[in-house]
Amino acid sequence: MPLLEVDDVVVRFGGVTAVDHASFAAEAGRITGLIGPNGAGKTTCFNVITGLQRPQHGAVRFADRRITRLPVHRRARRGMGRTFQRLEAFGSLTVRDNVRVAQDIHRGPAGLLRPAGADVDALLDRVGILAYADERADSIPTGTARLLELARCLAGDPKLLLLDEPSSGLDESETAAFGALLAELAAEGRGIVMVEHDMALVMTVCDDIHVLDFGRVIASGPPALIRTDPEVQRAYLGYADDDVTQEIDLEQVAP
Amino acid sequence: MSVPILEVVGVHAAYGRIEVLRGVDLVVPRGAVVALLGPNGAGKSTLVKVVSGQHRATSGDIHLGGVHVQGASPEELARLGLCTIPEGRSVFPNLTVEENLTLMSYAGVGVDAVLDTAYSYFPRLHQRRHQLAGTMSGGEQQMLAMSRALASDPALLLLDELSMGLAPLIVDELYDTVAQIAASGVSILCIEQFARTALRVSDYAAVMVGGRVVATGEPTEVLDSMSDVILGGAA
Amino acid sequence: MSTLLSFTILGLFTGAAYAIAASGLVLTYTTTRVFNIAHGAFGMVMAFTFWDLSQRQGMPTWLSLVLVLGVIAPATGWFVQRFVTRGLGEGPVSVSLVVTVGLFVGLIGLAQYIWPPEPRTLPPFLPDRGVEIGGTYVTAHQLITILLSAVVAAALYLLLNRTRIGTAMRASVDNPVLLRLFGGNPDRVASLAWAIGVSLAALAGILLTPVIGLSYYDLTLLVINAYAAAMLGRLKSLPLTFVGAMGLGILQSFAVAYLPTDGNLAGLRAVVPALFLFAVIVVMPQAQLRIGQVKGIVSAPVPSLVRSGVGGAALLVLVALLAVGMSNANLLLVGTAATYAMVMLSLVLLTGYGGHVSLAQFTFAGVGALAYAKLDEPNLYGLLLAALIAGLVGALVAIPVLRLTGLYLALSTLAFGVLMDKLVFQADFAFGFNGTLPAERLSVLGHRFDSLGGYVLVMAAFFVLMAVGLLVLRRGVLGRVLIAMRDSPAACGTLGLDMRWFRVALFGLSAGMAGLAGALFAGLRGTIGAADFQLFNSLPLLLLAVVCGVTSVTGAAMGGIGLMLLPVLQSYRPELAGVVFAVLGFGAVALGRDPNGLANQLFRLGHLLDRRFGDRVRSAVPLLPLPADRVAVDEDSEVPLTEVGAHAAARG
Repeated sequence: MPLLEVDDVVVRFGGVTAVDHASFAAEAGRITGLIGPNGAGKTTCFNVITGLQRPQHGAVRFADRRITRLPVHRRARRGMGRTFQRLEAFGSLTVRDNVRVAQDIHRGPAGLLRPAGADVDALLDRVGILAYADERADSIPTGTARLLELARCLAGDPKLLLLDEPSSGLDESETAAFGALLAELAAEGRGIVMVEHDMALVMTVCDDIHVLDFGRVIASGPPALIRTDPEVQRAYLGYADDDVTQEIDLEQVAP
Repeated sequence: MSVPILEVVGVHAAYGRIEVLRGVDLVVPRGAVVALLGPNGAGKSTLVKVVSGQHRATSGDIHLGGVHVQGASPEELARLGLCTIPEGRSVFPNLTVEENLTLMSYAGVGVDAVLDTAYSYFPRLHQRRHQLAGTMSGGEQQMLAMSRALASDPALLLLDELSMGLAPLIVDELYDTVAQIAASGVSILCIEQFARTALRVSDYAAVMVGGRVVATGEPTEVLDSMSDVILGGAA
Repeated sequence: MSTLLSFTILGLFTGAAYAIAASGLVLTYTTTRVFNIAHGAFGMVMAFTFWDLSQRQGMPTWLSLVLVLGVIAPATGWFVQRFVTRGLGEGPVSVSLVVTVGLFVGLIGLAQYIWPPEPRTLPPFLPDRGVEIGGTYVTAHQLITILLSAVVAAALYLLLNRTRIGTAMRASVDNPVLLRLFGGNPDRVASLAWAIGVSLAALAGILLTPVIGLSYYDLTLLVINAYAAAMLGRLKSLPLTFVGAMGLGILQSFAVAYLPTDGNLAGLRAVVPALFLFAVIVVMPQAQLRIGQVKGIVSAPVPSLVRSGVGGAALLVLVALLAVGMSNANLLLVGTAATYAMVMLSLVLLTGYGGHVSLAQFTFAGVGALAYAKLDEPNLYGLLLAALIAGLVGALVAIPVLRLTGLYLALSTLAFGVLMDKLVFQADFAFGFNGTLPAERLSVLGHRFDSLGGYVLVMAAFFVLMAVGLLVLRRGVLGRVLIAMRDSPAACGTLGLDMRWFRVALFGLSAGMAGLAGALFAGLRGTIGAADFQLFNSLPLLLLAVVCGVTSVTGAAMGGIGLMLLPVLQSYRPELAGVVFAVLGFGAVALGRDPNGLANQLFRLGHLLDRRFGDRVRSAVPLLPLPADRVAVDEDSEVPLTEVGAHAAARG
C-alpha cells in the first residue's frame, strides 16, 4: 500500500481544468518527482493533497486512510508537511522562531508548557541555514527561505514531505547538498514528493517520476524510462520532430 | 541605423532585498523578433514586468522608441503602443469573449476594428463570442489573448511564456500567428523556455542567466554556444 | 388580508431603499476590495446636505436632488477613492477597516459640527399623492422608492454589461493588473465605482429620511442593513443583493406588525437586520485558506520583562502620587482612563498581535460590567467571573464566523454591538430601559477600597498586571503563533494548527480582558447603565487605539488617556464636539496605515535621544555635586518622576 494515493482527481477553476482525472502514488522511503511544463497543475495537485483546494472529483488517500474531506490541519497532524512555491515563511519572525512556531504547533497544548528547545538549531543546521538563525525571515534570500520552509516542516517530523520547487534559488553546490539531504530524509523512511524544474536534480535523486501535462498524468515510472518516453519529450519540449528530440535528449542534461 | 524600438540599459530590479535583475542590457531593433531564453528563475519574467511598467527598476534606463519611459505606468505604456501579454492566461475568465475584445480597445483602436480583426483572424472566437473566456480551452484563450496583439497594432509586442501549459500543436499554431504579426512589421520580444519553437520565428536571440543577459546573437549561434544553459531551462 | 398587504408594501418600500444602498456597497467592495463601513455615514451626510439645500436654503426639490446625487455625492466618492481608500484593497483587511471606521466617525463629527442637533424634518416626495391598491393606501413616496430601486437595478445592469467602463469594472475585480496592461485604468474604474456607490448611499438616505427621521446615527447604521442584504449575495452578486434587501425589508415590516410591542421582545424589531445577518453568516460556506498573502510586518519592539516591570512600577508610583493630591472629579477621570487603557490592551491582543478587528469592544466591557453588577460579589471572585462571562460571550460571537475570515468577523461584531445595545442591555433583566444598576467596589482579600484614590490605584495595578501578562504572552509560545497566523494562515494550517478554535480563543480572551475593564469601571462609577457602553463609543476607541499604536502596551496607555480626554475636550468647548470626532476620524484615516501608531514615533524619539544625549547624560550624572541621598530625595519630587514615568511607560 503506497503512503500517498491520488485517485482520479479533477479540479476546475471556472472553465479551466487545472487537474484532469489525475492519479498517482508515492511510496514511503522513496523520492517521487512530479514534473511537467509550467501550468500543468502540479501545485494544484499539492493543494488538493494538503487540503487547500477541494477537488470536484476524486479521492486522496494517505497512510491507508481516505483524507479527501479532512481539513488542512488534520492532514498535517497525520504527518504531512509541505513547502510552498510562493514562499509562505512567517516574515516578521526570525528564522529560528519560524521553526520554533512549527515545533510549538506540532506539540500542541503541551508545547505551551515546554517551550521549543535546542533541537531547533540542530534542524537549522541540518538544512544548512543555521547562519541565518537570527535574521528576519522576510529578509533572507529565496533559496534560504525555501530551506527554512523545509526545516519548518521537519519540526513536525512528517511521514510525507511535499516540496514545491525546493531548489529554485539555490546555486550549484547548494543544490548538490540539498540532493544529499533529500536522500538522507528518504532513507529515514519518509516519503518525499517534489515538484521541481531542475531536471538534473530530478533525474539524479528521484526514484519515481510522474509527468503532468494539461492536468493529466501522461507518464509514470523510473527516471530511465521517463527520459526516453516519446510522449514526455513531446509534451515537455514543445515539439515532436524526431531527430531534434534526440539532439536534446535529457541525458545530456543530467550529469 | 534607426533608433531601436526597445533599449534596456543596465537595469537592476529587486523584490525587497533580493536582487533579481543585476544589470540587464538588451536591444530590440525596429521590426525585429527577439527571443529571450533562459532557465527558470533567471529573471525573464521580472524583466517583462519592468519593461511593461508593472515593477519599478531600482536603477538603469528603458527607452521605448527612443523615449525614456522609466517610471511610466502600465496603462500609459499600453496606450503608447506597448502590448504586453503576460505569463499565464492573459484574458479575463469571467467576461465573455466579446467583452474581452471590447476592453482591448483601451489601447487606442476602436471597438469595431478590434472585433473585426479578431474575428477574421480567428473565426472560432466569433462562434464563441458570448461564451465566458474562462470556459474555453487553453489554446482558444491564447487566441483571444493574441487578438490584442493583432488588433491593437502595437509598436512593440512583449510575449511572456506564450506556450506555457499548451499542447505542442497549439504552440506551433500560435507561433504561426506570431510570425504573421512580425511580418506586418511589429517588433516582438518573446520570452520562452521552449527554445526551438521561439527560435523558429526570431531574428535574434538573447540568453538570460542569473539576472543578466549573458549572450546575444543570431539564433543558430546562440543555440550552439549556449545549448546547455537553454536546455537546462527548457527541460 | 389588507394589513398583510399594507405591511408587505411597507416592507417593499424599505427593502427597495436597502437594495439601493446595498448595491452601492457591493459595487464599491467588488471593484476595490475596500468594504466601506462609512457607507451609511455617507448616506447620512448626503441626506443632511439634501435637507440643507431643499429645506434650509429653499431650493426646489428637483434641483437639490440633482445637485446631491449628480454632483456632491459623486464628487465625494471620487475624492475619497482618490485620496483616502486608494490602494487599501491590496493591504490587510484590518487597515481598510480602520480607515473606513475613521471615515465613519469623522463624518458623524462633521455632520454634528455643520448641522448641530435640532429637530429637522424632511417631507416625503409628493407628500399628498398616493394610490389605492387592493384597499391599501400607498403613498407616492413609497411608489417612487420602489420604482427607483428598479431603475437603479436596470441602470447598474446596463452599466456593467453594456458599457466599456462597466465591463472594465468587472474586469478589475478579476485582475486589475491585466486591465492596466490592456491600457485601462483601474483607478478611474475605482473612482467611478465610489462615485456611484456614494450616490446610491445618498439616494437611499434621502428616500429613508422622511420615514426614519434625520438622525446622525440611524442613517449611519443603514450600513448594517445594506451589509446584511449584500451578504446574501456574498458581497458579489447584485441580483441576490436585491433579493436579500427586499427580504430584509419585508421581514422587518412583519416584525413591526406581528411581534409584541412590549416586554423583553420589544427590542427585537430593531435588531431584525442584525439577526438576519447572523443567520446569513451561519449558512455561508467555509472560506478556503489563501496562499500568497505573506507579509512581514514591522511591529513595535517588545520590551524585556525587567524593563516592563520597571515601567509598570513607575506608572503605579505616579498614580499613587496622583491619588494623594487629586480632587475626586479628576480621580474619576484617571480611573476612566485606566478603564479605557485596559480595553485598549484587549485590542492590542486582538488587533495588534492577532490582526483581527473588533468594532464592539465596549460592548464586551458592558457585558463584564453587567455581569459584575448582577453577580453582586464585590471581590476578586466576582471580578474574574464577570471577565469569564464576557470572554464566553466573545467566543460565542466568534463561533458563527468560525469558518469565515477577517472582514466578516469584524462586521459581525458590529451587528453584535447593535444587538446588545438595542435588545439586551435595555432589557429588564439587564440595565432596563434607560436604567442603571448599582455596583459595589471591589474588595481584595477582605480589604475594601473605599477611597476613590485607593480604588484608582487598584485599577492602575490591574492595568499593569494585564499589560505585563500581555507582554509575557507575546514573548512566549502563544505570541509567536499569533504572529505566525497573521503572517501566513496557509502555512499555519499545513503545519497542523487548527486556526478556527485558536481564533475563537483569541477573541474570547480579548473580550474577557475588556469585560474585566468593564467590571472595574462599574465599581469605579458605583452605578452603571447601558449608556456607558454604547456601540458608538467602541469606534473612537478602536481609532484612538490605532492612532496611538495598537501594537504596543504604551500605545494602549496613551490611547486610554486620549479617549478619556475626548469628552473633557468636548465639554470644554461644546460647539466643537463634532470637530473632535472629525479630527479623530480623519486623523485615523491619515494614520491608519501604520498600526504601530504614535507610540512607535515615541520609541524612535527615545532611541534618537538616547543615541544623541544618552552617553553625555550618563557621563554627566556622577559629576553632580549632590550627595547620593539628596539625589534620591530629589527624584521623589513630582516633576522628574513624571518624566521617568512617561519614559518608562513609553518603553513598556
